[in-house]
Amino acid sequence: MNWLTNYVRPKLQALVRPKEVPENLWKKCPSCDHLIFHRDLEKTLNVCQHCGHHLRLPVQKRLEMLFDDGKYQRIELPKIADDPLKFRDQKRYADRLRDTRAKTGEHDAIAVAHGRMGGINVVVAAFNFEFQGGSMGMAVGEGIVAAAELAVLQDSPLIVIPASGGARMQEGILSLMQMARTTVAVDRVKEKRLPYVVLLTDPTTGGVSASFAMLGDIAIAEPGAVIGFAGARVIESTIREKLPEGFQRSEYLLDKGMVDMVVPRAELRATLIRVLSLLRNRSPAADLLALPLDIPDPVPEEGTV
Amino acid sequence: MHILDFEKPIAELEGKIEELRHLTDGGDVNIADEVGRLQAKVDKLLRSTYAKLTPWQKTLVARHPERPHALDYVRALIEDFTPLAGDRSFGEDRAIVGGLGRFRGASVMVIGNEKGSDTESRLKHNFGMAKPEGYRKARRLMEMAAHFGVPVLTLVDTAGAYPGVDAEARGQAEAIARSIETCLDIRVPMVSVIIGEGGSGGAIALAAANTVLMLEHAIYSVISPEGCASILWRTSDAAKDAAEALKLTAQDLHKLGVIDAVVPEPLGGAHRNPDLAIQTLSTALDSAFRELSGTDGGVLRARRREKFLDMGRAGLAA
Ligand SMILES: [Zn+2]
Repeated sequence: MNWLTNYVRPKLQALVRPKEVPENLWKKCPSCDHLIFHRDLEKTLNVCQHCGHHLRLPVQKRLEMLFDDGKYQRIELPKIADDPLKFRDQKRYADRLRDTRAKTGEHDAIAVAHGRMGGINVVVAAFNFEFQGGSMGMAVGEGIVAAAELAVLQDSPLIVIPASGGARMQEGILSLMQMARTTVAVDRVKEKRLPYVVLLTDPTTGGVSASFAMLGDIAIAEPGAVIGFAGARVIESTIREKLPEGFQRSEYLLDKGMVDMVVPRAELRATLIRVLSLLRNRSPAADLLALPLDIPDPVPEEGTV
Repeated sequence: MHILDFEKPIAELEGKIEELRHLTDGGDVNIADEVGRLQAKVDKLLRSTYAKLTPWQKTLVARHPERPHALDYVRALIEDFTPLAGDRSFGEDRAIVGGLGRFRGASVMVIGNEKGSDTESRLKHNFGMAKPEGYRKARRLMEMAAHFGVPVLTLVDTAGAYPGVDAEARGQAEAIARSIETCLDIRVPMVSVIIGEGGSGGAIALAAANTVLMLEHAIYSVISPEGCASILWRTSDAAKDAAEALKLTAQDLHKLGVIDAVVPEPLGGAHRNPDLAIQTLSTALDSAFRELSGTDGGVLRARRREKFLDMGRAGLAA
């Protein structure tokens, strides 16, 4: 904190709130309502420095933060025939797709990349929430399948990072089928005894949560992420149950035994590297045997033989 | 009998037939003629109505309360049915029924969503909406079947998995994911039938099978038409449009290659003649299981996995 944040910012807030916040310069924390300067957000990987709230991280930033030196290689995914149902609601799905592609510069809601993490070769499939809510249709399914195949081919661990509201409704039953499809895909990685790690980010719900996302050997969640099957609003409106505090948040899932750990973004990379290393480099001592280490013989403790 | 809106003209004619029958006691030839004439009209109207049901009308037929449900099929087709209960960790979920029995003499593990048929049984079976323990029971039974080399038959009929706080607390998503995983893993023949409503994740959890059959007027969808309408049209009034757009009928799904065959229903839907519907399915099941029998379990598993791995890949752009 300095004089600027303490003094000038509140004034600025009073002046510009609520509408005239210049885009991209200041972002309002959805949790504590503080305005955060964009450079601060960049430094903290989109974590609010006031309350620790984890804002969504764009997919490129996500990949950058994970790989060694922020370096990775994106995989070009096979192109899928668009709009299999010729779906139309108030707008044609084909038009929605075209608009989202133009807006995001991405072909669909998943990015697949490979590179090194802590020196270990890793394949990562990360969802892009900005692309139609990260919803899973055939192209996303294809991304998971391609990522899994690449992991098997490279004998690498697979990390999948969902950020998805669930199935892509406009692809109807074919989006539902991606649940079975992606399940087979990640099972193939597991069959090869390659680590399959899922990093659950906000949100992971619906058909995505009820398939590959809940099948990780290790399940790590970012703090405060919404993770669950049924939407909270659906539960409230159809069943008329009151939702408990923190319902469907990462910490709730940890408490219910559904994830292994909740890890703040700043510690994610180190945690993932440690987990992968423990599973992949099971006896590094064996690699060091050739080194002439001068280790004294252990002194036997009393009472041992 | 529960009459659907579009069935009303048919019901009116049938009402007239009933009245006439009461009048005569069978003796009057003129009235008997009139009854015959009206009956022909009913048949014609049924045929024309049911030949061109809209997706929304099919949705209503699929949910018809008098449509045969899983236990109706089990009672009629499965001998020595021995229900098996519980997930061995939390409880018994009656929204999913399951057990061992014999179909045409051969042992089979039957698992189905049961909606119930009156208020009492609907409550007992939670309207066919399963909680995690239901899917975990299904998984346990599938694994047991595989362990003993017994084929698996699933009867899918659910609006979806139960959207409740307790279900979420116990890991609804994980339970469904594991159930799908198990469907795709077992080394025995597996046949699934969408007998009524195939509602989203709660349905695919039991339906990743070697052979997926679907009744003529059943529906199978990623989301209910009402749910889809309220999200994409922002009003549930658009459910008819959503039903249309979702391509959720057996005929559409067969074209899309998502199901393997459509099982015909009696004229006027399964609810008009449950016995005939059940017998027709029996024949279809017999040939489905025959087709799979004799094939090595590992091959069946591999084929099943390939089949679902390819769903959507067929849509690869040239
Ligand atoms: Zn904050």
